[in-house]
Order: sequence, then C-alpha cells, then structure tokens
Amino acid sequence: MRRIVSVLLENESGALSRLIGLFAQRGYNIETLTVAPTEDPTLSRLTLTTLAGDDEIEQITKQVNKLVEVVKLVDLSEGDHVERELMLIKVKTNSDQREEVKRIADIFRGQIVDVLHDAYTIQLTGTSEKIDAFIKALPQDSIAEVARSGVLGLSRGEKALSV
Amino acid sequence: MDKLSGADMLIRALQDEGVEYVFGYPGGAVLHIYDALFNQEKIKHILVRHEQGATHMADGYARATGRTGVVLVTSGPGATNAITGIATAYMDSIPMVVVSGQVQSHLIGTDSFQETDMIGVSRPVVKHSFLVKEASDIPEIIKKAFFIAGSGRPGPVVVDIPKDKTNPDDLFEYKYPKSVSLRSYNPSQKGHSGQIQKAVELLLGAEKPMIYSGGGVILGESANALTLLTRELGFPITNTLMGLGGFPGTDRQFLGMLGMHGTYEANNAMHHCDVLLAVGARFDDRITNTPSMFCPNAKIIHIDVDPASISKTIRADIPIVGDVGAILKEMTDVIRTKKSKKLNETLISEWWNQIDLWRKKDCLKIKRSSKEDQIIKPQDGVTAVYEVTRGEAFVTSDVGQHQMFAALYYPFDEPRRWINSGGLGTMGFGLPAAMGAQLAFPKSTVVCITGEGSIQMNIQELSTCSQYQLPIKIINLNNQSLGMVKQWQDMQYEGRHSHSYMDSLPDFVALAESYGHRGFKIQSRSDLKPVLEEVFSMKDKLVFVDIMVDPKEHVYPMLVAPNGSMRDMWLEKGVRT
Ligand SMILES: Cc1ncc(C[n+]2csc(CCOP(=O)(O)OP(=O)(O)O)c2C)c(N)n1
Ligand SMILES: [Mg+2]
Repeated sequence: MRRIVSVLLENESGALSRLIGLFAQRGYNIETLTVAPTEDPTLSRLTLTTLAGDDEIEQITKQVNKLVEVVKLVDLSEGDHVERELMLIKVKTNSDQREEVKRIADIFRGQIVDVLHDAYTIQLTGTSEKIDAFIKALPQDSIAEVARSGVLGLSRGEKALSV
Repeated sequence: MDKLSGADMLIRALQDEGVEYVFGYPGGAVLHIYDALFNQEKIKHILVRHEQGATHMADGYARATGRTGVVLVTSGPGATNAITGIATAYMDSIPMVVVSGQVQSHLIGTDSFQETDMIGVSRPVVKHSFLVKEASDIPEIIKKAFFIAGSGRPGPVVVDIPKDKTNPDDLFEYKYPKSVSLRSYNPSQKGHSGQIQKAVELLLGAEKPMIYSGGGVILGESANALTLLTRELGFPITNTLMGLGGFPGTDRQFLGMLGMHGTYEANNAMHHCDVLLAVGARFDDRITNTPSMFCPNAKIIHIDVDPASISKTIRADIPIVGDVGAILKEMTDVIRTKKSKKLNETLISEWWNQIDLWRKKDCLKIKRSSKEDQIIKPQDGVTAVYEVTRGEAFVTSDVGQHQMFAALYYPFDEPRRWINSGGLGTMGFGLPAAMGAQLAFPKSTVVCITGEGSIQMNIQELSTCSQYQLPIKIINLNNQSLGMVKQWQDMQYEGRHSHSYMDSLPDFVALAESYGHRGFKIQSRSDLKPVLEEVFSMKDKLVFVDIMVDPKEHVYPMLVAPNGSMRDMWLEKGVRT
C-alpha cells in the first residue's frame, strides 16, 4: 500500500542524508520525496511516499523516529488528509495540436506559465492520480520534459504536525 | 572563565565527563589534540598499535564497566581503521564516543591528503554523529555525544573535528554544560502500567512458561531485577549469547544459552512454551531459526527500551517499551500484591519434569573415544579455565568455535563478565576487548579465549600489553583451522575444506616472549590443569597459552537450518533430533 509519511526534522546538514541512508540500508523504497524548511527555520518538513505493508510501515516509522534529528513523524495515510503534487510540464505543440493541448490543460485546471511558438509549459497541481491522468490525456509524443515535486500532505481537521 | 583552544576544550570536556582512558593513535589531523593531551595528567592515553584495536579496547572497557568508552583517531586511514570496531559496538549497542580528526575545513571536499568523509562512511554504523563546524561548539557537542551514546539503547557516536577547529591560537570561553536536552531525542520511557498488568495476568496463567533474556538486561543494569522476578515466578530461563550473566548461570532455573548453538533443554523449552517473556532481546536470526516456525504455541510478552526492536521479526502479543529494570521491578511488585491469584503449580511442575527429561540428555557432555584420552577437546580447555578461575574471571572471546565453547562451558553468575562480539561477530575482538576490561579492573583476572585464526587479526596489540603491563591470560584453543568455517564445510559442503586450514602458524610461545610476555604450550590433557594453575598464579604477567586441541571437534547442539524450528537440532556428528 502507498503511504505518505511526513517528518519534522532538525534543519541541520547531515540530517537528510541520515534519513535517506536509513531507507537504503534497511531496504525500504522511496517513491517520492520533498523537503524544505518550515515557518520555523530550525526545522525542515519532509514528505515521502513509500510502498509498504502494515508490518513494514510500522518498522519504517519506528526506525525513522529513532534518528536523533527526527523531531516528529506522522503516517498521513493512516487518517483523513489532503495531498497535492505540483508538476511543470513542457509540451511540444505543432499548430494543429495547440488548441487541443490548451483545452486539456483547462479541463485539468492547469495554467500555462510559458509560451513558445511550438510549445507550452504548463503548471498543474492535484493528487498524483490527477497528474498521471493529465499526462495520459496529452497527445502522444508531445511531452518534452516533466518535473514533478513529489507529494505534499497535511492531515485534515485540527491535528497538526508541529513541536 | 578560562580561555581555551578547541583542542584544550575537547580535553577539558572529556575530563569533565569523567573519562579515565582514551584509546588512540596520533596523526596529522589530531596533532593539536595530542598536544593538549600532553599537557595534562587526568586522562590516561593508551597508545594502541592499530585503530581497530583502540575501538575494541574502548568497547571492552565499556562492556566491563557500563561506562562510555572513548577513542581518538586521526583522519583518513585512522578513521577508516576504526570502522570495524564502531560497527561492532553498534551491533551490540555499546556506548562509545569516537573522536576523529578531519582535514581543515577549507580543504573538505577537495580530496585533500588523508581526507575521508568520516560522517558518511560511519553513518550506517553509528547511533549518531557530529561534524564540528564552530570550535566554540565543542563542549556542548561532547556533552551531547556522551548523553546520546549512553542513554536509551546505547551505541557509538562519532565526533569529527576539522583540524582548524582545534587550532591553539584561537581561544574561546570554556564552559561545560551541566545537562543537555534535545527536543528530538527523549530516550527515557516508563513502561505502560496497563501493559504490565496484562503481562502479569498472562504470566500467572501460564502452564509452560519460559523467560528469554538478552543483552538489554546487561546494558540496562537489570540483572538483579530479572533474577528477583525469575525467582519469584519460579520459571525456567534462558539467556542469549549477549545476555549471559543476566541470570546466574549455575542456578537450577537456568537452562543454558539458546539459539543456533543453544542447549537442547533451552531450545526445546522455547519451542514448546505457551507464554514467553522476552526481556531486552531482539529475536534475531541466530535465535529464532525459521521465524514462521518459532514458538508455535506461545503468547509473547516483549520488554525492550527500543520500540523498533519490538515486532520487528516476531510479533509481540504484549509489547512493553521502556527501561527494562524499572519494568521488571514493577512486574515483581504487581505479582507480589496479587497473591490471591496463584500460579498453576501442578501444571508448572509437570513442565519442569519435562524440562528435566530434556536436561537428562546432557547435551554438553564431552564425547571422547578411549583412544582419545590425552587429546584435548576445546571444551576441556574452557572447563579447565572455569575451574582454575573458579568462574570469577572476566572472559572475552573472539569469533568461532572457541567462542561458542566458551559461552557454553563457562557459566557466568554475574553480568558484564562475558564479553564478546555477538552481533557483528568480529574476529580480532577478543584481545583488545580484554585489554579494555583489564585497564578498568587492574586487579581482576581477565581471560581472552581465542583461536589461532582470530588472535592473529589483532595480535599486534601484544605490544601495547607490554607497554602498559596488562597481565591478561590468553587461552588460544589452537585447532590449526578456521574451525567454525570448517564445521560448516563438513556439514554443508561434504567436507570440502576450502581455505579453512591455518597454514604457517607462528610459534605463539616464542612470539609472546618476543614481546616480553610468557608463553606456554599444552599438548596433552593431563597437563591442562597443572599448567593452567601455574599460568593463573602469575598475577602480573601476560601469559599466552597455546593449547593444541582436537581439530575435528564440532560445536553441538546446532539448530538445523534452513527450514528448521528451534527444536530441530544436530546433537553430534550425523545425529539429529
Ligand atoms: C573479521 C572476520 N572475518 C571472517 C569471519 C568469518 N569467520 C567466522 S568464525 C571463523 C573462523 C575462526 O577461526 P578461529 O579464530 O581459529 O576459531 P575456531 O573456529 O577455529 O575456534 C571465520 C573465518 C569473521 N567472523 N570475522
Ligand atoms: Mg581455529
């Protein structure tokens, strides 16, 4: 099962490599990973997605929690949550596809953020499934380049991951 | 307030931490630190002959005392030489602080002379590590390093210090913090009382109970608490290789060690029990045999300070996370107040009858044909050492058959007396570990039970032993082969002894004597006791005893693998359950 794990960790050099190293060392996989400082610059928030069964996710969360620089951790997929991913995609558009691509972008509420005579760069946010669906909907062979942020998430309601 | 350089602050911080010994080896990146060491007398520095030796000495010191061992090495090769010892300490959760020199900050990342990314290289085998960025941080980092190394589930911590941070010309105000707190690290936990209640209920209702304890009991200073609880319950108990001495080895309730080379009675009692109390143990693969066949009928209570150890390989029915000693004590108190609910006395005495039947098998009896009267079996060697030292020595070992014979034939009544590399299985551990123990307890008898393979992996430390006059007794169970490897080749590779014969052995007696020690060689069984009596009467000499033992001997019992449970054992050559 796909899990979304959010981690607050000390914003120190070395902390990230320790966490990534742990995944490699123990044979856990990482599907996506994003990390940036929070409103408190001494803390970073890291969100990763991984494929793991119940026993494995239990081990993963315990092992990650054991890292000295990890302040807090939550498995968002355990409860209600919102998740988003951001994608920037450069789409080649010959003249007869130009309208078609723009229409698909509109349907998915994508924004065109850069225009060239033969290409668009489109920004799209949503769940990973939505982004996958958008990529599929585009004309074959039109994709020049894709950059995806990886998943971000927050739990719904009042629960918050903070110190 | 004093103004000190980074190097002086490091040494002062170690002094303020109460450090007695630093095991180390100098080099370019730590020259400022060595100069600071030169100017003081509080900390004694032990100059080793190889940095691996330094880490095992600090480790042996830590295992014998419970205090954190300290290592000092230079950058590059000094740091990488320390890795095996750090990994050894990591696998057995031993508190250790390793200070490594690093190249100057502005050279980091340029492939400069003797540069190694020590933080990166050591990362998978440390509990935590620090790279010093500002010299003024040194006191606080050292305080944190000791706190992390020694608390919770202990482990090694690396402090990597670029040379410029120890520059004698840059002075700082020194103040050693009284305490530290890390918002992200909170190791002390109290066991959940509700879980403890549930565990007690389960124990009191047991019909075939079993207690299985590991190194966590030793590390957590809770041998006493475990012994009290075990006596209160009257249940059988077994210890892991790391847990020996957690319960008195000569007590009737003790069934011996369990696991790969555990006793017939301990492994059978594990397999057949209905309630298992696991304390400070981690169900590793050398214990469980095939996990899906492990303890098929048992409800499992698991106490450990490390939540990640619980339900890692074997699911616990009642997990209890926290300080082992406090939890055991609370369980004992709860049991004492619960006098109304009695144990199943009759069923439990039937269980003991069953255990006594298993015991009758006498699985550790030394088997000897009539022609072999004067041949020394490795077990004879260990038994003789046990008798001559009256079971009171500190015993370290290396890795191989001799290690298993030592664990099986030298019962330990106290914790911290048995010192071996259980998790990593590091050959070369025994002699330096014995040195650390001997420094900690100069008046005690310290024995290193080793093999001719293992001892040669750190034999250079015989020189260090001369320098510091460490009167260790080295018992070399010399079977002229990498015995444990050979045993597996006998059992699984139809006796093809691929590179497990030890050719060109040195004359160990002459070698020891060349370092200024004494040496004895024993070749016949009748000489064993009298020579060992003489050896152990030489209180202030290191003595190397080269005992020529039967090269064909195997260690039994041995779990049948793969696809075996704990009751499936080889009991002697060609004979299995
Ligand atoms: C550093 C290291 N290398 C290899 C091994 C694999 N190994 C385990 S036991 C053993 C043989 C040890 O021989 P010896 O010290 O003579 O002990 P014996 O088994 O003969 O008693 C070997 C090679 C190891 N444990 N450690
Ligand atoms: Mg040998």
